[in-house]
Amino acid sequence: MSLDNRSLNGRRKSVSYAKWGYIFILPFFLVYIVFTLVPQVLTIYNSFFTNYMDGLKHIGPEFVGLKNYVSLFTPNKQGSILILKYAANTMILWFLGAVPQFLIALLLAVFFTSYRLNIKGQGFFKTVIYMPNLIMASAFSMLFFTLFSKVGPVNQFLQQSGIMDKPLDFFASKVTVRSLIALMNFLMWFGNTTIVLMAGIMGIDQTLFEAATIDGANAVKVFFKVTLPLLMPIFVYCLITALIGGIQMFDVPQVLTNRLGMPNRTSFTLVMYLNNYLSTSKNYGMSGAISVIIFIITGILGGIVYKFLSAQYKDPVEKPRRARKGARK
Amino acid sequence: MNENTKSRLMMTLLRIVVYAILIFLTVLCLFSFYLMIVNATRSNAQLQAGFRLLPQEHFWDNLKNAWTDASINIPRGMLNSLFIAAVSAALTTYFSALTAYGVHVYDFKGKNLVFTFIMAIMMIPAQVSAVGFVQMINKFHLTNNYIPLIVPSIAAPVVFFYMKQYMESVLPLEIVEAARCDGSNEFRTFNTIILPIMKPAIAVQAIFSFVSSWNNYFIPALLLDKAEMKTVPIMIAQLRSADYSKFDMGKVYMFILLAILPVMLVYIILSKSIIKGVTSGSVKG
Repeated sequence: MSLDNRSLNGRRKSVSYAKWGYIFILPFFLVYIVFTLVPQVLTIYNSFFTNYMDGLKHIGPEFVGLKNYVSLFTPNKQGSILILKYAANTMILWFLGAVPQFLIALLLAVFFTSYRLNIKGQGFFKTVIYMPNLIMASAFSMLFFTLFSKVGPVNQFLQQSGIMDKPLDFFASKVTVRSLIALMNFLMWFGNTTIVLMAGIMGIDQTLFEAATIDGANAVKVFFKVTLPLLMPIFVYCLITALIGGIQMFDVPQVLTNRLGMPNRTSFTLVMYLNNYLSTSKNYGMSGAISVIIFIITGILGGIVYKFLSAQYKDPVEKPRRARKGARK
Repeated sequence: MNENTKSRLMMTLLRIVVYAILIFLTVLCLFSFYLMIVNATRSNAQLQAGFRLLPQEHFWDNLKNAWTDASINIPRGMLNSLFIAAVSAALTTYFSALTAYGVHVYDFKGKNLVFTFIMAIMMIPAQVSAVGFVQMINKFHLTNNYIPLIVPSIAAPVVFFYMKQYMESVLPLEIVEAARCDGSNEFRTFNTIILPIMKPAIAVQAIFSFVSSWNNYFIPALLLDKAEMKTVPIMIAQLRSADYSKFDMGKVYMFILLAILPVMLVYIILSKSIIKGVTSGSVKG
C-alpha cells in the first residue's frame, strides 16, 4: 500500500470514527449531569421552597415563590441586612489580602524576570513562596489559631520580650481577626500569582524591552510603558479568578473563628452563611437562595474569564504555550 | 562620579533591597511552619512555660499521643483521606485525558459546542450546587460513603482544559492514524499509545488533584459524620471546636503537622514540576 493510499484511507475512515468521540466524552458528561447539573437545578428549585428541619420535625417542602429571597434582603431587628453584611465582610477580607498579594506578586515577577538584576536562587525562592498554596487551609488556620491564641507562642513572645504586659486577645477585635485572615490569604496566594505573572512577563516579546532601553527609557519607565500594558490581560485574568476564589472564601475563617465569624460576625463570609443554613438545620430553601445569589455573581465574573480564555484560545500566537516555555527557565 | 559607576552603584543597592525583600518573604512564609515543627517537639508543660525557638525532646511522645488519641483517630483519617485523594486523582486524570482526546481527535457533530460548554462551566464553584448535591446524597442514603466524594472527580473541566492544551502541543494526529493502520482499536490506542505520551501532563494534574482532594473540607464536612469515615480536614476542624485549653498542646501541634506532612513531602520532592504546572495550566483557581 502506498503512503498516499494510506492517508486517503484514513481520511475516509475518519467519518465513521465520530461515534468514538461521543463514547469518549460520555463519562464526563454523565458524571457532570448527575453530580453537578442536576444538583445545580435542584439548588435553584429549592430556593423557591420552604424546606428545613426544626429539631426532628421536617417543615415543608412548600412552594413559597420568592419569599426566601425577600427574607434574605429584609432587615433584621437591628436594622441590618445580614446577607449584605456578610457579602461586605467577604469582600473586605478578600481585598485586604488581595492588595498586598498583587502588589508583591507584580514586584517579584518583575525582579525575577529582570536580566539586569539577575536574581540568584530563584528556584529556592519560588519553591518557598508557592508552598503555602498547597497547605491544607483548615490545618493552616488551626495553626494560626494556636500560634495567636491568648496562651500561644506569639503572646508568650510579646510578654517575654516586654512589649506587652498582658496577653493580647487577637480574636476579640475585628481588626486583628480580619488582619489574620488577610495575612493567611496573602501567604497562600501571592506565590501562585507571582509565578503566573512571571510567565506572563516572559511571554512578552523581549525585543520590546531592548528597544525601549535603547531609546533611553529607564527601568521604571519600561515597567509602566511596556511591561504593565502588555501584561494587563493576564493581570486582569488573575485578578478576576482571584475574586471568584475570594467569593468562595470559607475554610480559613470557618476554622480560624470556629464557625462563628467572631467578633460579632465581622469575619463571617457568604459561604459560611450558606454552610450555616445547610449544615445545622438542613434549610435547603434559604441556603438554596444564597447559592443562587453567589451563582449569579460568580457567573458574571466567570463570563469575563471565559471571554478572556476563548480570545486567548483563538489567538494564533498562543499565549499559554509561550507561558509554559517561559516557566521552564 | 561618572554615569557608569553611578548606575552600577544603583544596581547593587537595588539588588540588596530585592534580596532583603525576598528573605523577609521567605521568613514570613516559613516561620509559622517552623514554629509548628519546633512546638511539636515540646511537651505541654514546656509549651505553657514560654516561647522558644529551638526544638526539645518530646517529638516521639507527642507523635505517640497524637497517633493513639481516643477521640481523634488521625491514622484512620489519614488513611481515609489518602484513599479518597488517590482514587480521585486517578479518575480525574484518566477521564479528563479521555474526554480531551475525544474532543481533540474525533470530528463529530456538536464538538465545538462541547468545548465551549466545558470552558463555560470551568469557573463555576462547587459551593453553588452544594445544596442540591447534599439533598440528593441524603435522598439516596449516600452520606458516610465515599462515592459522592470520589466519582464527581471524573468531570473536572479545569483538568480537561489542561489536557486539551497539552494534546495540542504534543500530540500529532498521525500517531493515531498509524495506530489505526496497525489494526489497534480506538480504545486500545488511547490506553497504550496516548496515555504514555500524556504522562507528564497526567503526573502534574494528578498531584494537583491529589492535593486539592486531600485538603478539601467544605463538601466532606457536610456528608461525613461517622467517626471512622472522617477525613483529616474534618478532624482538624473538630480540634478547633473542642475546648483547646484542656488539650495537650504538644499533641495539637503534632496533629497539624501530620495533616500537612504528606503534601509537604510530595512538594519537597516534586516542587520543580509542580511549579511548572502552575503556569502551563494557567487556569488554576
